[in-house]
Amino acid sequence: MATTTSTKDRNLLAVIGDEDSITGLLLAGIGHINDKQKKNFLIVDSKTQVSTIEAAFQEFTERKDIAILLINQHIAEKIRPTVDKYQQAFPALLEIPSKDHPYDPSKDSVLKRVQKLFGE
Amino acid sequence: MSGTGARENIFATRMALTNTKLRLKGAQTGHSLLAKKRDALTTRFRAILKKVDEAKRKMGRVMQLASFSMAEVTYATGDISYLVQEQAKSATFRVKAKQENVSGVVLPTFEVDRVAGSDFNLTGLGRGGQQVLRAKEVYAKAIETLVELASLQTAFTILDEVIRATNRRVNAIEHVVIPRLENTIKYILSELDEMDREEFFRLKKVQGKKKRTNAPPERPFEFDEPPINPEEGQESIDLLSSKDSDVIF
Repeated sequence: MATTTSTKDRNLLAVIGDEDSITGLLLAGIGHINDKQKKNFLIVDSKTQVSTIEAAFQEFTERKDIAILLINQHIAEKIRPTVDKYQQAFPALLEIPSKDHPYDPSKDSVLKRVQKLFGE
Repeated sequence: MSGTGARENIFATRMALTNTKLRLKGAQTGHSLLAKKRDALTTRFRAILKKVDEAKRKMGRVMQLASFSMAEVTYATGDISYLVQEQAKSATFRVKAKQENVSGVVLPTFEVDRVAGSDFNLTGLGRGGQQVLRAKEVYAKAIETLVELASLQTAFTILDEVIRATNRRVNAIEHVVIPRLENTIKYILSELDEMDREEFFRLKKVQGKKKRTNAPPERPFEFDEPPINPEEGQESIDLLSSKDSDVIF
């Protein structure tokens, strides 16, 4: 399998989130800037374009060194079609709550599938 | 009978029958094995499903705590976000992927791999250093939960896919391969029977023909009964003429 061979190289976490979430996560030490000066995090504020978020999402999901992609739920909401379409196992996509937006399980793309499977 | 349903294009011989029977047996074995695999995977899948649900809810609480400690930092130190972003160079908090085997399916699990780094040592040097340290720990804990959840979720996604593939295979064998082999066997059997009957009829014909050619031509019919005795009528006359002695009671 192609995925199993590449799992060994995947050891980074990536984040798309608001400033507070990113600061906290960076404080814990997940920040990484590679040789090409590419960051593994994207700070989204009210002025960030949806296309920028989409581009970052695509970039992070296509990078080969990222194992887990964290995204704030309210930001995932903005690119919901893209997020819902994302079915790959790697990198694992996790929707996390942010400070201003409490976690809503009913909106999570994975939990939606879980609920669908339980409902059947 | 044999004409209905799909069957393999095969010449009806005894060897083909043996081969097809063997293949049917193989298909049945494969079917039961795959069905077992599917059941094992589904059991695992159910367990993971439950765990994912729990972990997601737990994550909500953990992240809330983390946000709270971040707020404390901001209160004590002021805005450190810019400082932190600029200092991020190389990740000290990484994950390691491990592999777990569930009935032939490789499931990756992530493990936290922390390198003791000296990042952000100077952050909050002026004031609020304690809060910064605490926030760091709380966030590290939160990320550990997230990593755990991520491995569960990855397992969930992969298992889902594998279960679908296995289901497809089980159904294909059950509804396509096995009926086709059974039809082929039926067809071969009926063809062989037909050939048997033809052979029998042919032998009978040959035998009849041989008999006819071997028999003498002047005596087409044979009579088993002996010819009627001409003396018999006279005898009965004789019987009537003879006298019996009187019967005395």
